[in-house]
Amino acid sequence: MLTVFMTKAKAKIEHLGDSGVDIVESSGRLGVFLFNTLSRLWMYRFPLEETIKQLLFIGARTVPLILISGLFTGMVIALQFYDTLIRFGSVDLLGAAVAMSLIRELGPVMAALMVIARVGSATCAEIGIMRNEQQFDALDCMAIDSYHYVMLPRLLAAIVSVPLLTAMFDTFGIGGGYIVGVLIHGVSDGAFLVGMADTIVWNDVWMGIVKSFLFGLVIMSVCLSKGFYLHIEQKQSGAVGVSQATTQAVVLSAVLMLFVDYIVSSLML
Amino acid sequence: MKKMNVNFIVGLFMLFGMATMAYLSVTIAGVSGYSDDSYQLVAKFDSSSGLKEGAFIEIAGVKAGKVISIELDKESFESVAVFVFDSGVILAEDTIASIRTSGIIGDKFVKISPGASDELLKSGDEIIETESSISIEELVSKYIFSSDSDNE
Amino acid sequence: MTSSNKNIIEVNNLVTHYGDRQILNGIDFSVEKGEIRVIMGGSGSGKSTLLNHMLALLTPTSGSIVIDNVDVVNANRKTLLKLRQKMGVAFQGGALFSSMTVGENIKLPLQHHTKLDEHTIDIMTRLKLELMNLAGFEDLMPSELSGGMLKRAGLARAVIMDPKLLFFDEPSAGLDPVTAVELDELILKLRDAMNMTIIVVTHELESAFKIADRITVLFDGEIAITGTVDEIKNSKDVRIQNMINRRARDEHLDADEYIKRLTTGKN
Repeated sequence: MLTVFMTKAKAKIEHLGDSGVDIVESSGRLGVFLFNTLSRLWMYRFPLEETIKQLLFIGARTVPLILISGLFTGMVIALQFYDTLIRFGSVDLLGAAVAMSLIRELGPVMAALMVIARVGSATCAEIGIMRNEQQFDALDCMAIDSYHYVMLPRLLAAIVSVPLLTAMFDTFGIGGGYIVGVLIHGVSDGAFLVGMADTIVWNDVWMGIVKSFLFGLVIMSVCLSKGFYLHIEQKQSGAVGVSQATTQAVVLSAVLMLFVDYIVSSLML
Repeated sequence: MKKMNVNFIVGLFMLFGMATMAYLSVTIAGVSGYSDDSYQLVAKFDSSSGLKEGAFIEIAGVKAGKVISIELDKESFESVAVFVFDSGVILAEDTIASIRTSGIIGDKFVKISPGASDELLKSGDEIIETESSISIEELVSKYIFSSDSDNE
Repeated sequence: MTSSNKNIIEVNNLVTHYGDRQILNGIDFSVEKGEIRVIMGGSGSGKSTLLNHMLALLTPTSGSIVIDNVDVVNANRKTLLKLRQKMGVAFQGGALFSSMTVGENIKLPLQHHTKLDEHTIDIMTRLKLELMNLAGFEDLMPSELSGGMLKRAGLARAVIMDPKLLFFDEPSAGLDPVTAVELDELILKLRDAMNMTIIVVTHELESAFKIADRITVLFDGEIAITGTVDEIKNSKDVRIQNMINRRARDEHLDADEYIKRLTTGKN
């Protein structure tokens, strides 16, 4: 009985060790991947045309989603804050509260989540299928650098797009807050706008920009590398492998994004 | 034609993003460089507890400037605050600066009560008369203990 | 390097592993300039692995691979890039990029490695499409093509730079007999028209016998025989005769072994 238990426990512990090694290995791969991709910036000419294509997909086509989700996020936090603040008779702080929570925290995080959902998963699946169909081998054989031609434009487009999308999210969120606070609940628009302008300082906006920049970097590098290393990391090949890689990429990029969020907040507050 | 279209849409996206970012930074965060020749005054407080850099300055209830720095005077252990006023504001020598709170739990701000003296303060001068922050705890305890002392 | 003038590919004592499993076991292999060489073997024989090593996509455990006087295993990135511009590879499924049209796919190498103007590139692209009987398909997306067309488009992309050396992975796999024959004709045409050295990996006997100057047969990670079509046909090796006559491998089984294998799952 005891020996059975011992062998089981030993197997469990060995399994634990294996997954520990896996984690270290995959973070190592992520680092190497990021280094390889960014090093192409000064090894080759700037991939302008490809980056513009990706800006269209990652940035421009995400705008409608960002505007709608930003608007509703702003509206709902304005509603919640209104309900809370009216108990303290401080409804004048509504604009400040909405803008502060959006600019510092909710804007970057929500916009990044939207990008993960719309762009991250699709990119990981696309790259994974390219790996499956030997397209990276084909690029190698054509003497075209995959990092430069496929990875770098996507990474750059994400780094540029996510802060811009975040700014749009913030602005439309504030607009949503204005609709709920001023137009629906009758908070004075002066109190809303001036309170907002008086409370938010440049450091808050800067924090939002820094966060969203890092989020773009983290999300895209995780999703790209999960697809790129599909053949090494996934136990199953084919469609199952792609679906597993995509799931992992979405989960990992969301968790890493929140981790980075905490680090940046604690450094900048 | 198709390529033009892509560039155009991406350009629109970039411009729109930049515009919202500019809106956030300039209109809301109020980024504007204060030049050296703007009207700045210094005030020393026993306590500026709760007052933050960026807090606004009111004259007669109207916003008229900002606090740009708060530092500790290491000899007198007083709080040294630097104010920047909107252009056109010039204050007299017997002006009073006091730290107030908007509402009960609101932000601290500086209330300026303009003086009547003929002598005007130049940029960089000090406002001599100041009133420090009043904390709610102090107010409450003052009220409780003063009613105690009335009974004596 | 005595034979370097004659042989464009020279593989010496190549040993490779996949994880702990040994795939290739001391391969010696050479290809002369201008010949069509077919590499044959069943699945798991290591023919795809050998191809991937010659393409420098994998790093061998030991041994050397020299292609056009370049040591592929130890070459630095720059040398390898130069070499690869002289090589064309047509992958099994075409490996076209699904986000681009067929035409854009085919001109990709030209856009990256030459400074030709857009107009010239278009003409060269159409020339190759014409050669592959794909004229008029350049604006379609790869997903709109059939399997045979995808292979031909992949071949067009592989030869767009007029390489000295062409690798073709499984040209007839998954194709109907007529299309497969068309592809064989294309390969012969390419060699005659452009004087290429062509290496074809396949398991289709018929097409191998039709196009090959010489055939190399792999079994379990070792070369069983290299020879002309007639030499292969007249080989006395049982495994090769089995392959030609489409007989299943007759493994003489030891009854006890067999039972043991079934019950324990181990050899």
